[in-house]
Amino acid sequence: MKTFKITWRNIRRSPYQAFAAVFVMTLTFLFISFFTFLLFGSSKAINYFESRPQVTAFFKNEVKQTDIDNLKNELNATNKVASMKFVSKQEALKIYKEQNKNDPLLLELVTADILPASLEISTIKIEDLSVINNMLKDSPLVSEVVFQKDVVSVLTSWTNALRSIGLGLIIVLSLVSIFIMVTIIGVKISHKKGDIEIMGLIGAGRWYIRWPFMFEGIFYGGVGAILGWLISAGVLWYSTPFLSEFLKGMPIFPIPPILIFGLLGIEIIIAVILGVTSSFLAVLRYLK
Amino acid sequence: MIRLNKVSKQFRTGVFALTDISFEVEKGEFVFLVGPTGSGKTTIFRLITREALPTVGEVIVDNWDVTKLPNNKISHLRKKIGVVFQDLKLLMDRTIFENIILPLEVSGIDSITATKIAEGIMEKVGILDHKDKFPIQLSGGELQRAAIARALTLEPDILLADEPTGNLDQATAKEIVKLLSDINEKGTTIIMATHNEEVVKALSKRVIALDKGKLVGISGKKSKTHPEHSEKKSAIISIEDKKPEEDSKQAEKKKEQDEDF
Repeated sequence: MKTFKITWRNIRRSPYQAFAAVFVMTLTFLFISFFTFLLFGSSKAINYFESRPQVTAFFKNEVKQTDIDNLKNELNATNKVASMKFVSKQEALKIYKEQNKNDPLLLELVTADILPASLEISTIKIEDLSVINNMLKDSPLVSEVVFQKDVVSVLTSWTNALRSIGLGLIIVLSLVSIFIMVTIIGVKISHKKGDIEIMGLIGAGRWYIRWPFMFEGIFYGGVGAILGWLISAGVLWYSTPFLSEFLKGMPIFPIPPILIFGLLGIEIIIAVILGVTSSFLAVLRYLK
Repeated sequence: MIRLNKVSKQFRTGVFALTDISFEVEKGEFVFLVGPTGSGKTTIFRLITREALPTVGEVIVDNWDVTKLPNNKISHLRKKIGVVFQDLKLLMDRTIFENIILPLEVSGIDSITATKIAEGIMEKVGILDHKDKFPIQLSGGELQRAAIARALTLEPDILLADEPTGNLDQATAKEIVKLLSDINEKGTTIIMATHNEEVVKALSKRVIALDKGKLVGISGKKSKTHPEHSEKKSAIISIEDKKPEEDSKQAEKKKEQDEDF
């Protein structure tokens, strides 16, 4: 309890240094929070695209239903298909009408006869898309094949790049935080050198002197983590309606509370590790 | 209790602070360490408290060879030895009470007990009224009493007083010496470094004289002030409950200034 009191007194008596330490920690954790939300959103987006019908085969007009059924059986037999949905000419017209309900001119010109029936297929694995695509292209029943492999692969490569850059930045920011904290705590130790010497002379053990500085590091880390999390969670909460509208259809928002609070827990653990590391380095460097 | 055996201390500059010093101080003894400035009195204290290591020789404190003491045991040694530093070494940003309770906190004594002990000692040395003042608000004699009180909080077996009367007028110096003598009466071994002849003459105690880092003489017989004190009694509880007289006119003047402050 006494150690906490000493820690708090040390913090109060040098408010600008404390502010600088908390500020740099807040920046680090703000970035970690935003980066985590971004990674969560992009992985959800990939899942969304992967679960969408990824190959769409449009049939020729003269194709009979029995031939389509045979093709469906052939595709199922490959064991690579996750789901398959047949869209008849009538259903295609219905979708067309729904999409263009505000444009009567477009609605007048189109009838069910000119819209092709189609088959929307998603595969279990993204790499099986090519196999299914080739099968459909080779089929005499199919006039055209459209598939979204490119969208998913581009998104996947972007997410991977984002992950690498983000992790790199987190490491750099964490190192910067540690160096700044070591400097700040080091300055404080140097400033209190006289007091520390006296405490040593009257019998204070090494850790009695060290603990307040260790707690100071933990305090800066903890407060920085909470502030960084609060700001990022606040921005996320504020922008959720806009982002939901912008990314309509993608089941990203709202981000589950368990993820948001779990992130806070993890950030506090990281903050304690960063704080202890910084303080310990400062104590080793300046309290020999 | 304390034995220095052929101790020499050479500084990095090559200067010898002490040369071939040997003497013993028995349990319960009051010894004066005299000599001019730079004679090595403070260096001897620094060796006893393991603030410094001798270049050669042995320093034995209560059967511990201080020179071979591992680092993690130094704090244990220092809790056995109370030190009144020449420059007092009071923490200027803490109140007198906070300064005096510090050794107890450092030793992990709970705050209720520590407060009781600290207040008891402050009362005995006559500075309880100043408990919430900061060192800058006290006179020289009061600060000296505060330093003695801090040195006594852990009821040490040994008290090292480095020039405790150095900056005081005669009247206040006498009071401080009387206080130390009373503490010794209760069994605490005391080594007092001084170059104040009046103080040495006032008490007939053994005198170890140093000059330029060399032992130039030991006068008087080894004797405990109180032969019955083979075991130290609590110096704190038994110090005569005397309120010190006003330190000096100078102190009064300083107090007036403090009130203004």
